Amino acid sequence: MDSHAIAAQTAEPAQLEHEHPAFLRHHFENVAQQREAATFGMWLFLLTEIMFFGGLFCAYLIFRNWYYPAFVAGSHTLHIWAGTLNTTLLIISSFTMAMAVHAAEVRHRTPLLRWMIITIVLGCGFLCVKAYEWHDEWVNHHVPGLNFSIREFTHTNPAYPADKPLAPDMAEKTQIYYSLYFVMTGMHALHMIIGVGLLTILLIRARAGAFTNGHIAPVENFGLYWHFVDIVWIFLFPLLYLISRHQ
Amino acid sequence: MSTIVSLPDQSTARLPKVSYLNKEYGLKSWLLTGDHKRIAVLYMISITFFFFIGGAMAALIRLQLLTPYSDLLAEDTYNKVFTAHGLIMVFFFLVPSVPATIGNFLIPIMVGAKDLAFPKINLLSWYLYVAAGIMMLCVLTFGGVDTGWTFTTPLSTHYLNTNVVTAGLAVFVAGFSSIFTGLNFIVTIHRMRAPGMTWFRLPLFVWSHYAASILMVLGTPVLAITLVLVVLERTIGIGVFDPTKGGDPLLFQHLFWFYSHPAVYIMILPGMGVISEVISTFSRKRVFGYTAVAFSSVAIAVFGFFVWAHHMFIMGISNYSALVFSLLTMLVAVPSAIKIFNWAATLYKGSITFETPMLYAFGFLGLFTIGGLTGVFLGSLGMDIHLTETYFIVAHFHFVMVGGMLMAYLAGVHFWWPKITGRMYPEGVSRLAAVTTFIGFVLTFFPQFVLGYLGMPRRYAAYPPEFQVLNVFSSAGATVLGIGYLLPLLYLTWSLKYGKIAGPNPWQATGLEWQIQSPPLTENFEKTPIVTHEAYDYEWLANKTKNEVTTVG
Repeated sequence: MDSHAIAAQTAEPAQLEHEHPAFLRHHFENVAQQREAATFGMWLFLLTEIMFFGGLFCAYLIFRNWYYPAFVAGSHTLHIWAGTLNTTLLIISSFTMAMAVHAAEVRHRTPLLRWMIITIVLGCGFLCVKAYEWHDEWVNHHVPGLNFSIREFTHTNPAYPADKPLAPDMAEKTQIYYSLYFVMTGMHALHMIIGVGLLTILLIRARAGAFTNGHIAPVENFGLYWHFVDIVWIFLFPLLYLISRHQ
Repeated sequence: MSTIVSLPDQSTARLPKVSYLNKEYGLKSWLLTGDHKRIAVLYMISITFFFFIGGAMAALIRLQLLTPYSDLLAEDTYNKVFTAHGLIMVFFFLVPSVPATIGNFLIPIMVGAKDLAFPKINLLSWYLYVAAGIMMLCVLTFGGVDTGWTFTTPLSTHYLNTNVVTAGLAVFVAGFSSIFTGLNFIVTIHRMRAPGMTWFRLPLFVWSHYAASILMVLGTPVLAITLVLVVLERTIGIGVFDPTKGGDPLLFQHLFWFYSHPAVYIMILPGMGVISEVISTFSRKRVFGYTAVAFSSVAIAVFGFFVWAHHMFIMGISNYSALVFSLLTMLVAVPSAIKIFNWAATLYKGSITFETPMLYAFGFLGLFTIGGLTGVFLGSLGMDIHLTETYFIVAHFHFVMVGGMLMAYLAGVHFWWPKITGRMYPEGVSRLAAVTTFIGFVLTFFPQFVLGYLGMPRRYAAYPPEFQVLNVFSSAGATVLGIGYLLPLLYLTWSLKYGKIAGPNPWQATGLEWQIQSPPLTENFEKTPIVTHEAYDYEWLANKTKNEVTTVG
């Protein structure tokens, strides 16, 4: 397309261009440009998040290959019911977040508020279960650096009687498994806490009538963030809890 | 020496009545601004501050190395001084230098937009930078840090009793400031271009910032998580990098250099953008091989991600991966060479004039070429084993970072100074400064190539007496270099009040930024420009200005 065509196309008074709602920032030409820019920015931010977690997944991959028995033994100490419960909570919360975005799109304030509150509750529920698990691991001396003990791994795990106890040097390597477990779930939980905080702010603004006047970009982009955090967990759950379940 | 400067009649010239500088007054209007130009000025002031702190550290290093014995500073103080020099210069000066100041100021104007896509995030990026800077100053005040700028494990995690955690967190926060700048640029370049501004009408400055932004957005988060792991290892004692628990220090090296090698291109690419603009303007020619130069920026960004292990040839990576990384390192020299050759071809038969920015640009061409070629030396496996961890490395990256990037930054600051402030810098003394910088630089760092080749290791407070002569040369050069950097600080500040009124387009340059008033309006353009010409189209400019009477005021 040559320049004149582009110029003509853009200069043509599109419908949106005459619409000057209060939420249109001064430096954008029209609402569509503002919305596209915000969404594109959010996707880029999620890309940086992928690289952020990518470093951890890379470390996980390497150490799992090196210390396979230690990773199996470590994985066997986690509560699979807690992981499953949390996965369920998060998947449902992604659904409720998607419903919130939909409610904003069709400009229905009450359903928007309702779906947001449910999402917040589910997010908090996830964090509570996670806190319970961490507490449990603390009690069982599974926190590397602070109170770690290899005792449990040099003896047979009663829940997995077929498991052979680990040799002491391999049992030491379970610390790497727990290091990665705590950093990965910790970073994920940090993202959840930030998410719940942001959603609370959005909720307060939505109560005041924002986001149901056609300006849905914040809700939509927060939705992207929420789904992203959800997807990270969808990878963490099998890698940390499930992958060695039958060995 | 001929010049192309076309200033308005100074007896009647006035600065524009309204500009971004005087639209609003007061500290609050600056600290809460969303205007990319004001944020650029804020950034410029803060990075200058850190540049001179880092420079003072460099002065201490060179004073210490004047004699073979560690008689000025104790050994551990020396370690802290060179660490502070590295950390401040890399993370608080070089990474934000051109993008956050000149790039911030110009990218929206060059694409024909009123502002960056996310002005608040832009401001947040500056506040993060300041927060990180304050943390860094706290580190310096409360005893320093002596890991070297690379935070090498297990030295940083187990063996040092200094402020590693605070320094690590400072770099973490500074990293987010860089991510936000990069993100803002990418979105702006994709979504905010004026009608008719196609990708291949963008100035090469924008292309090189686009490539650097990709590196910022994809590389920096990896550094962030690496530093988080180091901090957790120090505070809690998790073992990802700790060999006694089964962790792997080499993994730290991989993750760290996965960012820190691309970071080299984050630092140099925006400088290359400046050089393209300056060389084109002062030789009155379109940049030769525009498309090749544009794509070579992207190629550098892509290759830049696959060469990191050349920092680790002596650290026990496998011979096969060393071989592959050596090959890839040689490959990344190709796009850099494409740029150098194209700039040389731009100069060929151009109407060259020698204003200060052009002098700095010539400095860049020579010094960056030497720095780049010695990089190829270091990328070849046999040479690397001899030269790594010696002063050869120090000389190599200072040729690229200081001889390349700092020259480019100063070229850019001088070139766009009339646009940023509305006033000219004094031409005579600034030419002197450019030449002083070049002479001082070569005198400082060229002897270090020789020293390194002879085997003087880096990061030691003392050295065998037979190396003293070359070290004295180097320290003497550093003094000249220091004067070269102080001069612009003085005369640029002077010019804020006493410089000649510049008018909109003193260089008769073609960029969109030169077609608006200097200093620009808050929203840059009176109405959104419609672009009908390519970048560096001097005929278009000649036709446009043929019947135009320059009015200022």
